[in-house]
Amino acid sequence: MVMAGSAPSLQGKPLWLLAELTYRCPLQCPYCSNPVEYTRYKDELDTDQWISVLRQARKLGAAQLGFSGGEPLVRQDLEILIAEARRLGYYTNLITSGVGMDEARVAAFKEAGLDHIQISFQASDEELNNYLGGTDSFAHKYEMARMVKKYDYPMVLNIVIHRQNIDQIEDIIRMTVDLDADYVELASTQYYGWSKLNAELLLPTREQLARAERIAHEYQDRMKGRMKILYVVPDYYETRPKACMNGWGAVFLTIAPDGAALPCHAARQLPGFDFPNVKDHAIDWIWHESPAFSRYRGFDWMQEPCRSCPDKTKDFGGCRCQAFMMTGDATNADPVCDKSSHHAQLVAEVDRMTAQPIEAVRARPLLFRNPKNSRALTPNEKA
Amino acid sequence: MTDPLITADTVPRIAPLFRFQWEEAQNCHVLLYPEGMVRLSGSAGEIMRRIDGKTPVAGLVADLSAAFPGADLEQDVYKFLEAAYGHGWLRSVAAG
Ligand code: SF4
Ligand code: SF4
Repeated sequence: MVMAGSAPSLQGKPLWLLAELTYRCPLQCPYCSNPVEYTRYKDELDTDQWISVLRQARKLGAAQLGFSGGEPLVRQDLEILIAEARRLGYYTNLITSGVGMDEARVAAFKEAGLDHIQISFQASDEELNNYLGGTDSFAHKYEMARMVKKYDYPMVLNIVIHRQNIDQIEDIIRMTVDLDADYVELASTQYYGWSKLNAELLLPTREQLARAERIAHEYQDRMKGRMKILYVVPDYYETRPKACMNGWGAVFLTIAPDGAALPCHAARQLPGFDFPNVKDHAIDWIWHESPAFSRYRGFDWMQEPCRSCPDKTKDFGGCRCQAFMMTGDATNADPVCDKSSHHAQLVAEVDRMTAQPIEAVRARPLLFRNPKNSRALTPNEKA
Repeated sequence: MTDPLITADTVPRIAPLFRFQWEEAQNCHVLLYPEGMVRLSGSAGEIMRRIDGKTPVAGLVADLSAAFPGADLEQDVYKFLEAAYGHGWLRSVAAG
């Protein structure tokens, strides 16, 4: 999600606003990156509060807007929010599973001025798709993907790739070809929230990855000019971290369903934070002055090896959440980096997770993302 | 995609995925597309804002020359259009 052509002088504006409208979702994907304790956050912003968020962020310079969730289609006021976003001049993206969509709604979105729809699939065959999503959704998704095209949107499909569907990658790509997709994002699972709980059952092996990558590249060549395939490898296998969020509090602003403002959608898991809420504070203050957004801005918070590393201006020391999850301290270098003293530990952990044969992995139950599991896993809440 | 030959009669329009607008916070014209934004220079903005899917390249050049008298713009306009086609920002309206 690079802002092409954006100059460094632009840092300081929340160019990208991610509006997580709700944590409610008809699907139960075990690779979901929503917080495990999502059932705790019950008070969703109402329509007027969201409109206020859109206006305030736009004034601060936000230009890209993503509606996501959970499943944003659950919100019956989505059409109203899209219309307001369009009026304000946002480029508006809807990130959806397609469940809850029908032709009337797609038509209404078009009318309201939605710019772009991205539909996610869990797999290419009905059985695995429905198993991974915890819902019979495949046939409907297929139909909705075609609907998107019928209403003159580019068809953008997203498939989250992991150990249990990566061997079907060729079928997955063939499905997207059959659907006549324009853009296909084969995104490796990112291990936050629910996906972290299921990481052992989701992280692909090196061999699986090498094969998938080869196939993806083959199709990239073959489909050139007709369909663009984006293949994102899991960073656990890299030696340099990704430039997470383009830097903390640099361009991304996420508003969670309850109004919590986050520098990235996974940041909620970091300890010792009091993330400001749009119900209590103006976004101007949140972005420019709140302690949470300033904490890892710039480079002063860094420790070695990042502090004296020339690459810090490129990757900002990687992902704070990943540093916290694997080292216990969010100010450490992302352990994906091989200069990190924790890198060897990450490699060992990856080897351990992927040592089990696939049959054994398949035999173990995935922990599905649903309210019952969330309540059971959230302290102070009863299932 | 092959590079289209741009002539005086070519009628460019902004490609469907892109939106061109003035961005107050950036103090410049921008092109927005899924998950990205391109900031345009002053002269690029002046060319882009005249592209309406009806005016041929010759018309764009004439209009710009009238707005900025004394400047020899023709070369620059063609150069920019070539680059813009290359980035996929523009398509041609079919003649006919
Ligand atoms: S990843 Fe699956 S469960 Fe999570 S919000 Fe998206 S569709 Fe719902
Ligand atoms: S040491 Fe830190 S700044 Fe340098 S490459 Fe590694 S993560 Fe990036």
